[in-house]
Formats: sequence, C-alpha cells, structure tokens
Amino acid sequence: MTSSPFMARPTTVSMVMLKVLGALLPGIALYAWFYGAGMLVQIALASISALAAEAAMLKARGQPIGFFLKDGSALVTAWLLALSMPPLGAWWMIVVATLFAIVIAKQLYGGLGNNPFNPAMVGFAVMIVAFPAQMAQWGSAGAHLSAGDQLAYIFTRALPPGVDAIASATPLDHLKTQLTLGASVGDTLAEPVYGHLAGAGGEWIALAYLAGALFLWRKRLIPWQTPLAMLAGVAALALPLWLVDPAHFANPLFHVFAGATMLGAAFIVTDPVTGPTTPRGRLIFGFSVGVLVYVIRVFGGFPDSVAFAVLIMNIAVPFIDQATRPPAFGAKKGGRA
Amino acid sequence: MRVLHAFHGGVHPPENKAQSTGTPIATAPIPPRLFVPMSQSLGNAALPCVKTGDEVLKGQKIGEADGRLSAAVHAPTSGKIVDIAPHAYAHPSGLAELCVVIEPDGLDAWGERKPLADWQALPAADVRAFLADMGVVGLGGAVFPTHLKLSAPSLDTLVINGAECEPFISCDDMLMRERAADVVAGITIVATLMRPKEILIGIEDNKPEAIAAMREACKGNHFEVVTVPTIYPSGGAKQLIRRLTGKEVPHGTRSTDMGVQCFNVATVYTVERAIEHGEPVTSRIVTLTGDVERPHNVEALIGTPMNFLIDYAGRRTGVSEVLMGGPMMGFALPDEDAGVTKASNCLIARSPALLPDRPPAMPCIRCGDCASACPAELQPMDLYWFAKAKNFGKAQEWKLFDCIECGACSYVCPSQIPLVDYYRFAKGEIWGAERDKKAADRARARHEFRQYRVERDKEEKAQRLAERAAAKDLAAPSSQSTLPADDAKAAAIRAAMERAANATSANVAAPTLSDDAKKAAIEAAMARAAARKAEKQAGETQRSANVTQPAAPAGMDDAKKAAIQAALERAAARKAEKQAADTQEQGSANRVKPAGPATMDDAKKAAIQVAMERAAARKAVREAQDAGQKDKNRR
Ligand code: SF4
Ligand code: SF4
Repeated sequence: MTSSPFMARPTTVSMVMLKVLGALLPGIALYAWFYGAGMLVQIALASISALAAEAAMLKARGQPIGFFLKDGSALVTAWLLALSMPPLGAWWMIVVATLFAIVIAKQLYGGLGNNPFNPAMVGFAVMIVAFPAQMAQWGSAGAHLSAGDQLAYIFTRALPPGVDAIASATPLDHLKTQLTLGASVGDTLAEPVYGHLAGAGGEWIALAYLAGALFLWRKRLIPWQTPLAMLAGVAALALPLWLVDPAHFANPLFHVFAGATMLGAAFIVTDPVTGPTTPRGRLIFGFSVGVLVYVIRVFGGFPDSVAFAVLIMNIAVPFIDQATRPPAFGAKKGGRA
Repeated sequence: MRVLHAFHGGVHPPENKAQSTGTPIATAPIPPRLFVPMSQSLGNAALPCVKTGDEVLKGQKIGEADGRLSAAVHAPTSGKIVDIAPHAYAHPSGLAELCVVIEPDGLDAWGERKPLADWQALPAADVRAFLADMGVVGLGGAVFPTHLKLSAPSLDTLVINGAECEPFISCDDMLMRERAADVVAGITIVATLMRPKEILIGIEDNKPEAIAAMREACKGNHFEVVTVPTIYPSGGAKQLIRRLTGKEVPHGTRSTDMGVQCFNVATVYTVERAIEHGEPVTSRIVTLTGDVERPHNVEALIGTPMNFLIDYAGRRTGVSEVLMGGPMMGFALPDEDAGVTKASNCLIARSPALLPDRPPAMPCIRCGDCASACPAELQPMDLYWFAKAKNFGKAQEWKLFDCIECGACSYVCPSQIPLVDYYRFAKGEIWGAERDKKAADRARARHEFRQYRVERDKEEKAQRLAERAAAKDLAAPSSQSTLPADDAKAAAIRAAMERAANATSANVAAPTLSDDAKKAAIEAAMARAAARKAEKQAGETQRSANVTQPAAPAGMDDAKKAAIQAALERAAARKAEKQAADTQEQGSANRVKPAGPATMDDAKKAAIQVAMERAAARKAVREAQDAGQKDKNRR
C-alpha cells in the first residue's frame, strides 16, 4: 500500500458477519428453549451444508477458498435459513434449502457481494413453493419431545411410541384457517397457542431478535432506517384495518411479533448486499417490504410472506438506489447554504 | 456561542498527535546541501535567476515567478550555488524537478530585509505583488499562491483554518501555541486587505492549548476563535466553511463567489513575516513523527533533504518508507532525498507495525459505510463499481470529480477496498482520454482545413484559367495589361492566407498540451486585432483615395497586407468602374465607338474577385477564431 489513506478502520467483513451471528444468539437460545433442540440440529445441518457448498463452489470458480470461507457470510445465510424453516423439518429439507441458497442464489451470481437476491430467502421460497405441505408442519411449542426424539424425528421421521403427531400449523397459518372457517380474530387469538401476543414463546423470540438488532445498530453495523421502516410498513395497513374491523383483522402488534416479521426486520432487510445503500432508499425498501408482508399474509396465498416480500423488493433495489441518490455536496436543490 | 453546522460524513481515525507535541518547535540543523525545488506553487516552476557558482544570502531571490499562478523562490540560507539541475522532488510521481542546489556556508546570513512598512497606505495590488515576490503560497498543502486569493470584491467571512484534522500532523497546532501573536498579526493584514464582515478562526477541539493561545492573542479585536469538533476532514476548506458558516461551496465554484475566503494559519503567519519583517518564505514548520526516536516539530529550511530530517529525529529500524503529509491524504516519498517544499507539513516514518498494510480486499458488500463517511456526499461504492468497470462516463455522471480524495471511504470500508486508488485511476484515465481527444480534434481540424485549401486552390486555378481564356478572347489591350497584375495580386493574397492558415494550423497541432489552446486563442485574438487594424488602415487608405499604390511597409504582417491589398483593389475597382462609366458617358456624348464594355467587365470581374477573396479571408479568420474558442472552451 503506497497510496493514501495509510490508515484503515480495523473492521473487516468477517468481523461484521461474526457480530451478526452473535446478535442472533439470544434469539436462537430462546428458540431452542421454547421449541426444543431440533432447532440447533437445523442450524448445524445448515451450517455444514453451507460451508461445504461454498467451498465446493469457490473451488469450481477458482477462487481462494479459505480467504472467502473466513468471511462468515455463508454461516449467516445458513443460520437465517435455519431460523426460517420448521424446527422439526426433515433433514434433507434444510440441506436442499441451503444448497439452493449458497449455490444458486449466491455463488452462481458471483459470490459475496454480487447476489441480487437474499440467499436465505431464496432457499426458503424455493422450499415453500416446492414442498408446501412439509413446510407447513411446525413443531408446536407444546410438543415437548426429548432432544433425542427430536433428533430421531428430523433424521428418520420416526416418532416415539405413543406420540402420533407433533406437527401443528404456525400461529399465522392457524389464524388464517380459522378466519376462513368464520371464526373471529379475537376468539382465535385467545387460544392458548397464541401466548401473549403472537404464538406462545414467539413474542419472546421476536424480542430477542429485536435486542440483537439494537446491538447491531449500536455497533453501526445496520442502519435504523430499514428495520423501522419495515415495521412501520406492516403497521401502516394493520392499524387502520384493525381499527375499522377488529373481528377480521388482527392487531398491528400481532403482525409485528408474528411469524418472521421481527427476524426479517432485524436480520433480513438489513442485509447490505441485497438492500439499497442510500438512507432514503432504505426507508422506501423497508416500508415496501413491510406493506408487502402484510398484504401477502392477509390477502395473499401464503401465511407468512417475509421471504416473498423481500425477494420482490430485491428486484427493485437498483431502481431505488438510482432514484434516491442524494445530491453531491453543494448541489442541493435550492441550495442548503 | 456560534451555531456550528454539520457537514455530512467524516471519520475519526486515531489522532496520534500527542507524540509530536511534547516539545517546543526546534530549529532543524542546516544540512550539508539544500535542494531547493523551483516548483513551489500550483503554477509554473520559478525560473532560476542565479547561476552555478553564485554566492547567495539568506532570503535572496533565486527563482523568479513565472506567470500568475507562480511564486518566487528564495535562498533558504547563505551559501554557494553548486548546481542547478533536476533532482528528486516530493511528488508521488517520483519525477525529478529543477532544483537549485545550495552548499550552505553555515553563517545563515540574511540579505537585506525590506519590510513593506507602509502597506496600509499602498494599493492592495502592490501588496499582492509584494507577497508574490516573497514567495507566499498556501502552506496547508495546496501551495496556491496567496496573492491570488487576496483579491475578492466583497467578503462576508474570512475563515482562518487552524483545524488541522489529519492524524499525526501537529505543525499548525504548535505554530498557534507558540506564535499566536504573529499569526494574529497576519490575520490582521489579510483582514485589512480583504475587509470581511467577520473573521472566524476554526480550530479542532483536540488542540486546547492552541485555542487558548489564539484566544489570548485575539483579545482586543473582533476575531472569533471557533472550536470545531474533531472529525476528519473538518480541515478541508469546504468542510470548514460549511462547519463555520453553513455555506456549501459546490464543486467548480470558488468560495469567494459565496462571500467566503479561507487561509491556513501557517500561510497568514508567512504573510506577516513577509510584510512586517521582510522575510520571504525560506523555512516552514514540519512535523517529524511516526517511527522515530524523537517525534517533534522542527522549523526546517526549504530544500532540506527529507531523509536528513528523519535521521535528525532518530529513524528507527523497520521504517519502510517516509510519508509526506498525513496518513489520510499524504503520499509515500518515492525518493527521500527530495528537499522540503512549502507543502511539506509532516513527515511520517512508516513501519508496517505503525501503519500496517491494508489486508487484501474483499468484494464490496454494499454496506454503504463509505457513503455515510463521504464528506462530498457521493456514493463511493457506485464510483468504485464504475471505475472498476471502466465506465468513466457513468463515473463522471456520478460526480467523480467532486471527490476530494480525502480517503474517508477507504478508511471505513469493511471490505478494505482501496477505493481512492480507483478514483485516482479513473480520473487519470479521463484526463488522458481528454488529452487524446483534444489531439485528435486538432488533427482532424488540420486535415479538414487542408482539404478545404486544396479544393479552393483548385477552384481558383480553374477560375483563373477561365478568366485568362476570356481575356484572351476579348483581346482588349487594357485587359491584357491588367490581367497579369491581377494574377500576381491574387497569388500574393493566396500565399498570405496560406501562410496564415499554416501558422494557425501548426499552432493548433502543436503537441504540447495545456499551452496550445491558450496560444491558439492568443493567435486568434492577434489575428483578429491585426485584421481590424488592417481594415482600419485600409479604410484610411481608401478615404485618402490614393490612386498610387503605396508599397506595403516591410515587416507588416500578411493579414494586414492582404487586407490593404483588398482595400486598394476595391478602390481601384471602384475607380475603374467610375472611369468606365465616365468613358461610356463621354462615348455616348461624343458618339465615339465605345471601348467601354471590355474595360467595365474587367473592372467588375476584378471587383468580384476581390470581394470573394475578402470573404474567404474573413472566413479563414473566423475559422481560426472558432478553433481558438473551441480549444478555450474545452479547457
Ligand atoms: S464501504 Fe466498502 S463494502 Fe461498504 S459499500 Fe462502500 S465499498 Fe462497499
Ligand atoms: S475520497 Fe472521495 S469518495 Fe471517498 S470519502 Fe473522500 S470525497 Fe468521498
């Protein structure tokens, strides 16, 4: 390095990714607490597949393997994907999803920094389109299988004697079904499976994600615009509709805490690679994702829709960036002097 | 309290200033040889006005300013000129520059020092000329000649830059601490010359001693010392102006257009030394820091070899290179033999332990950190992308040239991409392309002109032949006698025009760069002036109705000659016409066989020819002007 600047902030991509993984830990811990150790198995499976896929692809592309594996971005993808998938899903599902995420959505686009779509969300979306039934089987928080039984179930789909079903629909799914059956939102949400807000345990996990996001924001690793705008986007439709017709529309807090909303706001829309770079662009992007999440959830065909909302808005990112490029210093409209 | 205005972005690298502020400014010893570069300003290098073998005294002028943007250079100490030759120069390019090499006699004896005693009474232009002659330039690093910055029609705010935001550098800090009174006296001079409504001295809040010293020295006048937050690059002129006044100076605009002018503290100090003490700029304060035993500030003579200074401060083992300037915007000296210039504010002995190499770059992850750090409010990751893809048009559209190369983006990038290098590369490529295009344009213009000339010559020749044939047919004695004369004239005009055209096209095609357009413009202006003068003269000639043809004065230039000739011909033609008419009248009156028509035709023809040639000449002049104008515009 013989040209300036001769100083550099000692931040590296690996450190950024490590901190993101760290920020996920509280959420993961609570997840495992409420849903069982199966979650950890999913994370392990995803991590191994992601690193293997990344290494193989880097080798095929003639890239330095160790140099890129160190960056940690594959692990972030793997963990986010694992957290989005059913915790007791079959082992091959998470593996296939991860391979899709790393091989197709990331490496075939040129690897780190070059993928237009959020890899974890691509992996998730592929699975939910291809295997809707399996993806809908969520291990309910009440099914307290032992860790060993969970493990066995993930790998062999064999249930311990005496247990004939552990899978249940997600809270969002259940609400949707109940609404089509003519039940009111109030009655449905009063069922014990919903806990305080949006699924027993779910709201705590969401709060843990929120804490992780605050940590990342404090470390200046994520901006405040995208997460806040996404939550605002969800609430922007949820609030008026709920006020007008509370029997048919769940309250905004439910939508903010249900499903993958908080995970999405904290860790998915904040993915720098696939999001806009300008502050205004981040507001637009986050808000649009939030609105889409609500629209698809409530009026569309999928119970949870963070992945689709994010992927749809990923398409728009180049346009958003272009349209929101701020004027250069001294070139403000009307002069800022 | 003054309301401060935020500027966008900025970073806060570790300051590393404390190392060099522990001891007062020392005087660096006189080295065995001084290499004084003649290039000490933004403009042309000074022209040496001494020769090898001359004895000089300290402060004696050894280089004469060459042009408006240039400033004079003076002997930093007394001694003997032992050489005037290219020598290593403090520039990233590593190219040698003309230096006057002085062998000091060790006496450091001043020549005559003539302060500008009554400067308040003198016209400002004289004071400015004096400063140019004293070699006063911006010591902040840009070495912009100070006299040029002093002429603003009206000024709201005079900003004195004591921010010194780059890490490691402390020369301005120490100057303000130790010589605040002189600095303030310098500010007084600048303020008197520029008459601003307010005077603000901006100092970063990491220099409490300097702030206190300056506050103390400012007592009793209306200068305001303003503490600004420590954030890089608040010492950038535009950022400081924004911080203090809220005004944003857009790229390509001078701050004076917005009623603000900015001077570095070290510069106003040298203004004071020059005017009050008659001392030209022969030394400057240099921070010696980094991997040296005794980091401190020295007052070093201009021309002192850099390695001499680093050794003086105690070079440690492991020093891999020496940086001039700060770590954010400075550069590694290609040759440490280079002499201190007026821009040498800081020398950092760099070892990999102190300022480690940048780790290998990762791909951009579009985190946008660079954009939030950019004080020019650009999108560095986009510029990087365009530069990398060699999409220079897009890069320019995305305001590449607004980039001040502050390095804030490279500093923050988590992927450790050397962003500024890409911008330097792109700018270089664009400048190169611009140069090539200019050359190509010139070549094309020259080619087109030649084509035009060949065509015209052909036509003229054909016309001439036709005329001659017609004349022969008529076989009138008068026409017989006039034709050769006409031909000669026409040939002369043509030759003149050709010469003029060659002169312009040769100029246009001259390979040297920046000056050609100027030269062409000047040439065009001269041609225009000459043409005007010639026309005027021609007009006079006409008015005096001289029938006899005056010999064109020797040495008169061709354009003039041509114009005069044309005018004469016009006059002659008119006269001939009149005569012809007269003859006709007489003829009709006297019933003499009319000899008129032939004469008349000839005269008319001649007149037409002259008119055509005049038009062609005018066109040629216009084209030359256009070419000049175009070149000027392109600059
Ligand atoms: S800071 Fe570096 S990685 Fe981040 S957007 Fe800028 S260039 Fe890309
Ligand atoms: S170097 Fe240029 S692009 Fe980078 S931060 Fe400074 S002004 Fe902005």
